[in-house]
Amino acid sequence: MTETQELEQLVKREYKYGFTTDIEQEIIPPGLDEDVIRMISAKKNEPEFMLEWRLSAFRQWQKMAEPEWAHVHYPKIDYQALSYYAAPKTQEELDAEAPESLDEVDPKLLETYEKLGIPLHERAALAGVKGANVAVDAVFDSVSVTTTFKEKLAEAGVIFCSFSEAVENHPELVQKYLGTVVPQGDNFFAALNSAVFSDGSFVYVPKGVTCPMELSTYFRINAKNTGQFERTLIIAEEGASVSYLEGCTAPQRDENQLHAAVVELVALDDAEIKYSTVQNWYPGDEEGRGGIYNFVTKRGECRGDRSKITWTQVEAGSAITWKYPSCVLKGDDSVGEFYSVAVGNNFQQIDSGTKMVHLGSRTRSTIVSKGISAGRAENAYRGLVHIGKTARDARNFTQCDSLLIGDRCGAHTFPYIEAKNSTAQVEHEATTSKVSDDQMFYLRSRGLSEEDAMNMVVNGFCKEVFNELPMEFAVEAQALLAVSLEGSVG
Amino acid sequence: MALLEIKNLHAEIDGKEILKGIDLSINAGEVHAIMGPNGSGKSTLCHVLGGRDGYEVTKGSITFDGHDLLEMETEERAIAGLLLGFQHPVEIPGVKNIYLLKEALNAKREAQGLDEIDTFSFMKQVRELVASMDMDDAFLHRGVNAGFSGGEKKRNEILQMLLLEPKLALLDETDSGLDIDALKVVSDGINRMRGEERGIILVTHYQRLLNYVEPDFVHVLYKGKIIKSGDKSLAHRLEAEGYQEILEEAS
Repeated sequence: MTETQELEQLVKREYKYGFTTDIEQEIIPPGLDEDVIRMISAKKNEPEFMLEWRLSAFRQWQKMAEPEWAHVHYPKIDYQALSYYAAPKTQEELDAEAPESLDEVDPKLLETYEKLGIPLHERAALAGVKGANVAVDAVFDSVSVTTTFKEKLAEAGVIFCSFSEAVENHPELVQKYLGTVVPQGDNFFAALNSAVFSDGSFVYVPKGVTCPMELSTYFRINAKNTGQFERTLIIAEEGASVSYLEGCTAPQRDENQLHAAVVELVALDDAEIKYSTVQNWYPGDEEGRGGIYNFVTKRGECRGDRSKITWTQVEAGSAITWKYPSCVLKGDDSVGEFYSVAVGNNFQQIDSGTKMVHLGSRTRSTIVSKGISAGRAENAYRGLVHIGKTARDARNFTQCDSLLIGDRCGAHTFPYIEAKNSTAQVEHEATTSKVSDDQMFYLRSRGLSEEDAMNMVVNGFCKEVFNELPMEFAVEAQALLAVSLEGSVG
Repeated sequence: MALLEIKNLHAEIDGKEILKGIDLSINAGEVHAIMGPNGSGKSTLCHVLGGRDGYEVTKGSITFDGHDLLEMETEERAIAGLLLGFQHPVEIPGVKNIYLLKEALNAKREAQGLDEIDTFSFMKQVRELVASMDMDDAFLHRGVNAGFSGGEKKRNEILQMLLLEPKLALLDETDSGLDIDALKVVSDGINRMRGEERGIILVTHYQRLLNYVEPDFVHVLYKGKIIKSGDKSLAHRLEAEGYQEILEEAS
């Protein structure tokens, strides 16, 4: 058997977390106009400023065109055919608020979490199990269902809640920071999100506080034809620090599903935010049918001097990924970091990377991007390093490595560098390599199976990025990579 | 029954026949040297025994420890106890040496129905072996073969053998690229592996290694066939007279 045939045969794998949960959904009929936005806002009992903000975003969105510059291809999306709000019904339907305890949560939903292996139950923590010290703000479709560890966080003065709760309980913070990093009209998908976002997470860490635990949110998609529009806002005040983890796996679907999230991070003087993602949305089947369209705008602003924002991502899922977690380095001596592993198999398309915008003096940024392509996947790194006029002695280091598995996939690199200050130091290193037959033969001749051998090579390739992940996620990420590349050896 | 029994082995790569009828029988407890000039088929024989893709066996059979070797995948051969020491060990960046050692050992243990080795015993065993190969512990935490010198790569191969304790060690040009000190360390390692339960095949171009590891049998491979076999004196003759003499004699 030739290598290619063997590869084709082995590349076939089922999506491990492919199942759907049958839960009654409360869905607004498809279509989008100002009335729908008013309805969303009303359902959420939002204050007037929020509605106005949404409407303003919607009006901007209507004048915008969907971007076409990314190295991805997909059929035109009919935005009027999508439904823009879905909430799972709880046993106490009339209760407008999310359930306070697990008893109130739909048992089928809990079952779903169990299949996904989410440690939603608090029992692990109650029993004093090590490593259970992670707060989970579980988002099912669009509405937060349950939040744990709130008390411990409250003691430290940290606010960690659903976005809806934040709008209700901390409107002044929301109003002050919302849209200040990603403006409503930033791009087509961000504008759409701003108009219709359903829920998401909100984190506020007060001055001088180090968040006492890793924060974690799991997102799921579970409603047919329902766009997912998460909105996350994280604020670290002067000297505060927080590590936020986001991970997701989605039930299997035939139809394409749009996911257009917005994440905004604000770091004030000496603050530090670490945002880690393990993304495993349904990638479509092996013929390239179905899968999530993941069009995400993630941006952090180092607003204060000596602040630091680190994005670490492991992107394994989605049919299409369009995502550029970025840092705007406004404060002097601020630091932006981006560590990424993006893996594509079968017909997945990835156009991802980062933007590092240096505005303050002595700002520094590091980009380490590892792209892995298998099957017929297309994987593009797109990065911008911008050194503004005001950024004296700014430095950037970029390392961009691609790993190819088989001979039918593609790796592309689009690095852009704009240096407007002559004191800037910008370095860019790029490599492309293949998992070689020599490596596979060597490891197999030591008794490792083909898949173990492949995983070992791939994990070695990704090591610099995995090292940046919090411990709990590093293990999960390796497992995820193994699942994503299952069979893709030759 | 012989540990390894090769009968009338013919093998080709890309339609070109390289091995043209090899017969070889190796018992446990024996050290065999296979010598031959460049292009005689030495590496091909190693790769065919190791089960590398791309080589097609067109005729003949190989029996290893009672198994039909040609029916086995590369990893199955390793687990059954046939271990190939590479002429050019490949670099695996980012994968710690110690991690590969542990995975390889556990793959073998799993096949034997044993539990994974506990970290404490593993580390103890590995540290002893590392010291015995005149290597530093730091070496365990470097990427597999990444940035290793030629000598370090070969020591690493022997280290793996010592840990994995194969039934048959097949060493392809293990002496190439070694300075005299490294050659001694590597030879010591091979000599420590010698034993009643184990067969060793040394594939080499030069007689040099055989001054340190004394073979029980020496075979001369030429144009894909073993044209002459003998005891260690054959190696000395090769060294003294060169291949030409013996080739003429054999034909």
